[in-house]
Amino acid sequence: MSFGIISAVYLAAAILFILSLGGLSGQESAKRAVWYGIAGMGLAVGATVFGPGIGSYAVIAVMLVVGSVIGWYVAKRVEMTQMPQLVAALHSFVGLAAVFIGFNADLELGRVVALDEASRGALTGFAGVLAHKSGAEIAILRVEVFLGVFIGAVTFTGSVVAFGKLAGKVDGKARKLPGGHALNAGAALLSLVLGLLYFNDFGIWTLVLMTALAFFIGYHLIMGIGGADMPVVVSMLNSYSGWAAAAIGFTLGNDLLIVTGALVGSSGAILSYIMCRAMNRSFISVILGGFGTTTGSTMTITGEQIAIDVQGVVAALEDADSIIIVPGYGMAVAQAQQSVSELTRKLRARGKEVRFAIHPVAGRLPGHMNVLLAEAKVPYDLVLEMDEINEDFPSTDVVIVIGSNDIVNPAAQEDPTSPIAGMPVLEVWKAKQVFVSKRGQGTGYSGIENPLFYKENTSMFYGDAKASIDQLVQAI
Amino acid sequence: MKIGAPKETFEGEARVAMTPDSALQLQKIGHTCFIEAGAGLAAGFTDAAYEAAGVTLVNTAADLFEQVDVVVKVRPPSTTEAGQLRNAQTLISLFYPAQSTDLLELCRHQGATVIAMDMVPRISRAQKMDALSSMANIAGYRAVIEAGNNFGRFFTGQITAAGKVPPAKVLVIGAGVAGLAAIGTATSLGAITYAFDVRPEVAEQIESMGAQFVYLEFEPTQDGAATGGYAAPSSPEFREKQLARFRELAPEVDIVITTALIPGRPAPKLWLEDMVQAMKPGSVIVDLAAERGGNCDLTVQDQKVVTDNGVTIIGYTDFPSRMAAQASTLYSNNIRHFLADLTPKKDGVIVHNMEDDVIRGATVTHEGAITYPPPPPKVQAISAAQPKEKPKELTPAEKRAQEAAAFRSQTRTQVGLLALGGLLIALVGAYAPASFMSHLIVFALACFVGFQVIWNVSHSLHTPLMAVTNAISGIIVLGALLQVGSGNWLVVSLAAVSILIATINLVGGFLVTRRMLAMFQKS
Repeated sequence: MSFGIISAVYLAAAILFILSLGGLSGQESAKRAVWYGIAGMGLAVGATVFGPGIGSYAVIAVMLVVGSVIGWYVAKRVEMTQMPQLVAALHSFVGLAAVFIGFNADLELGRVVALDEASRGALTGFAGVLAHKSGAEIAILRVEVFLGVFIGAVTFTGSVVAFGKLAGKVDGKARKLPGGHALNAGAALLSLVLGLLYFNDFGIWTLVLMTALAFFIGYHLIMGIGGADMPVVVSMLNSYSGWAAAAIGFTLGNDLLIVTGALVGSSGAILSYIMCRAMNRSFISVILGGFGTTTGSTMTITGEQIAIDVQGVVAALEDADSIIIVPGYGMAVAQAQQSVSELTRKLRARGKEVRFAIHPVAGRLPGHMNVLLAEAKVPYDLVLEMDEINEDFPSTDVVIVIGSNDIVNPAAQEDPTSPIAGMPVLEVWKAKQVFVSKRGQGTGYSGIENPLFYKENTSMFYGDAKASIDQLVQAI
Repeated sequence: MKIGAPKETFEGEARVAMTPDSALQLQKIGHTCFIEAGAGLAAGFTDAAYEAAGVTLVNTAADLFEQVDVVVKVRPPSTTEAGQLRNAQTLISLFYPAQSTDLLELCRHQGATVIAMDMVPRISRAQKMDALSSMANIAGYRAVIEAGNNFGRFFTGQITAAGKVPPAKVLVIGAGVAGLAAIGTATSLGAITYAFDVRPEVAEQIESMGAQFVYLEFEPTQDGAATGGYAAPSSPEFREKQLARFRELAPEVDIVITTALIPGRPAPKLWLEDMVQAMKPGSVIVDLAAERGGNCDLTVQDQKVVTDNGVTIIGYTDFPSRMAAQASTLYSNNIRHFLADLTPKKDGVIVHNMEDDVIRGATVTHEGAITYPPPPPKVQAISAAQPKEKPKELTPAEKRAQEAAAFRSQTRTQVGLLALGGLLIALVGAYAPASFMSHLIVFALACFVGFQVIWNVSHSLHTPLMAVTNAISGIIVLGALLQVGSGNWLVVSLAAVSILIATINLVGGFLVTRRMLAMFQKS
């Protein structure tokens, strides 16, 4: 395949990717959008493999097949509740690949520079590209390699930690080594120094050392961010992986890599920004791990939590005309989405209006609840966003809060000293009656007491979300 | 303080202002209670019951007026009673100060403080002492019962072996407390109920009680809620529309209950003679506004009349008294709540706080002065009906100026950013080689496209979006593919590993997105 044709294919792939992202604006067009993405990727990989200067076809074939099988297997097996950790894990792969490719570029550069004029001319492929670079271009190449490896390394360890936190293998609480932010800043500064040394040809050890530092930064940065902020983190890491790909694209002089990397990078960044806005938090403080360390609210809460049994909830549901269900991470943990869907079906069959209110940061991944409810075949036109439904709470008879806490915390509006003050929340307490399905009396992920549980119109329906909802389904 | 209730002197009045229950509650806040012997008999409360509740019996009204500090009554005092009031004594009763200026002057002359239960402001806090509402509630209920008593058929529709019974059709005019109570009673008896009110915002309340609101095709010009929850006189055009609608309904309905009152005016005539003529024989009209002249042309106050065409018109004015036990219980509770407000420390000492909206509003004479009418309450009675669409009407010029200003500031920021960006790029361009610049252009444009595209993605699809972008970031496999052909074994093996993991990411990401999206479905 000639260079011209490859460029044309790359162009087609880039456009397909853009269409793929743009198609996600609606549920129906999204189904088509994925195929655009797959087609674009197929074209890109195909054109690259059959393009000039590629060798080791056997290795490529084996790796592609093995990778595809593993990917296919993982995608088939993963539970929808495990989506957050899967996405985090996949990000780590991109990060690691970026690190490897960056190292390769440097190794290759070293090899090419060491060669004499005659053999340089004979080189093909990537080495050939390197061989024709001028001094200035090589300097820029080093900057690109440095950036690619640095971002890739941060993405890698960051994603691994995020995966651990989301999968419950690492404690979700925000944790920092002594030194905190200073440690991160120091490591970043040291990396910069190493980078300068690397630009001035001090050898590959500078790159290796810098990678180690970047690994540490990625680890420490994400460890310092609380579990409740994981949606933003995952999306940030997504963005990082895009920037890493773009940096590698610069290194390799591959426009498609640059385009795609930039698309992914900017989309991840905007998504994180949208989410931070939804939580009323500073974007900067979240990505630097500044949040999630405050404990306890300064507002004292009076009253007590009143427990209620199945019969009580059933009676209220039978009297109610309009019901809003507010799902949260607890529903995902308990795998209660099927039961919730069944409950919805039963209630709707009795002519009651049942809707779902989704907070932008419910769950551990943006849109997490939507995916779970969709999996359980809850029609998506019943599922409304916070802004669409918040005004309806005062005219609602019953609200069932299933495993969410901070997103329904009235302290965000009532207590200016609360760590979540100002965060938009679902105003469930304005409904006539609120039932909170919850495992115990503990606090939410952010560790803040929730005055909602003490309100007069709130009753606590203790127990595992799935078991509780199943009981309701049977009793109704 | 000593609180006493005399026997009502008004002809036929069966209610009493203190019940054994309310006396018990009054004693709890430190008062002692007195009652004229036999005062509660007509309402079914025996003297023995009062004594058992710790109330002291007094033989005559004169003695009672002598002994107590606070006299509680139902009806406004007669001139005799008012003459018995003494300086600094308090009278709590219905009073209607607007219609009884002479009586008011007499009470002032006696130096008594008079609290008119009918003047309690209609604010949320004062609902527990709102005697008008509690009496209206009873009147509304009783009106339906009286109508039923005079109506020869069932309210509810039935299909029986002996034939089919059509449901009665009831029209309630005026959906105040009495009207709503009537609606509730009529619907629960099974009648098809229609209701009308000049305030369109009560349509929701009417519908919540189970009646159908009778709509007029008319643009309301006046906001009824602004006058403290009472209706204001409507415009002539409105009245015409309204009467025309009633004329349409008259042949259909079996029972009409009118409750329309305008404060300080005679009751509006809403059910005219021709409408009565148009009604079916056996129909019943209950006119709850009879005391103020009646809503119906043919109403005779305090009487039941039957017209030539067989329509019964009930003009009783003593509906609450006809349910004396219930009315006394509610009224005495209203009084008790008022006294509780007058006794803030619950120690039997009355503090007449004229700063309090409720106390001020209900007090019509105090310390030798007439304090009626009160200043408007500080709290609005009912929140005014939300104006439907009233964004500040800007003049076109203002609007243009505003838009222009917004446009200018936006332009300034954009141009500023562009200039800054351009400068930076120029700086880079001055030093960087051409090949880098071409890549940079591609990069910047792609960032832009990404930025534009993502804003449109719907929130519910954010997880699929992340999965797709994650899958697409697997494009890094291209880098590894380009390098795998190298001569260096280390490069080859690193590239091979990269291909492997990038492929996992790629395939896994796309498949899982597809799985997710396939689940989204419409109901």
